[in-house]
Amino acid sequence: MNATGQFALLLKITRSHEIARRYFVVNGFDGALTTLGIIVGFYHAGDSTVPVIVSACLGAAIALGISGISSAYISEAAERSKALRELEEAMITDLAESAHGRAARLIPIAIALVNGLSPFVLALLIIAPLWFSPLFASIPLQPLEISILVALVVIFLLGVFLGRVSGRFWLLSGLSTLLIALATGVIIWLVSPG
Amino acid sequence: MVSVKRLILDVLKPHVPNSLDFARTLAEQGAGYRVNFTVIEVDENTETVEIVIEGEDVDFDAITQALSSLGGSLHSIDQVEVVNDA
Repeated sequence: MNATGQFALLLKITRSHEIARRYFVVNGFDGALTTLGIIVGFYHAGDSTVPVIVSACLGAAIALGISGISSAYISEAAERSKALRELEEAMITDLAESAHGRAARLIPIAIALVNGLSPFVLALLIIAPLWFSPLFASIPLQPLEISILVALVVIFLLGVFLGRVSGRFWLLSGLSTLLIALATGVIIWLVSPG
Repeated sequence: MVSVKRLILDVLKPHVPNSLDFARTLAEQGAGYRVNFTVIEVDENTETVEIVIEGEDVDFDAITQALSSLGGSLHSIDQVEVVNDA
């Protein structure tokens, strides 16, 4: 069995593809909404420079990424270790070298990467227009406005993805998450001083 | 040359991989292998299965290695059929 087949077997044994998908959406949504919140805050304040905004967003993205990796690894490693121990007791044998043992070691790492990289990558995607703001000089929108638009599109697409997973109508699911993002933006706008 | 034509094994296995994946992996151990899988007993975390493997020359070591790599545990060899081809 090749490496891809082996990994697919480990995912199947632990039924982890559903967990990874859930973590991708939950933490990805966290990352996108947090970044949107920071950008809306800066947009409302009005007098911040692009490097300051990028630093703040990047700091949040890195913190979300590291928090996602460490928390998911700690909890998944504990869960997998417990499941392996229970199976070993039932089988009355050491399963460390079996697919179950390999899954207990490798799957927490894979899930932790999904959990940590999803908010980090989505946040990078949202702040990319700020980073590359000189390239958008000819567009009649400010880089902050483009970033807000990208954030709304990313959040809408996460909703579409959830809709396809759950079998709900994709547009309705996308509009639901978009509505949450818009409500968040409005709340931040209303409570921000100035 | 002595070759193993048929083996009946009593194996304890976890519920996952399921019987189909388990049998498929065992069949992949040699060209022309025929694998027959019968679930004898099901417990909370495990199941006892009887596995019949037929082939021109069944490689017992490869079979036991595949069994343990999938988390299975060989309890006994219940039947063998061996032929001297010489």
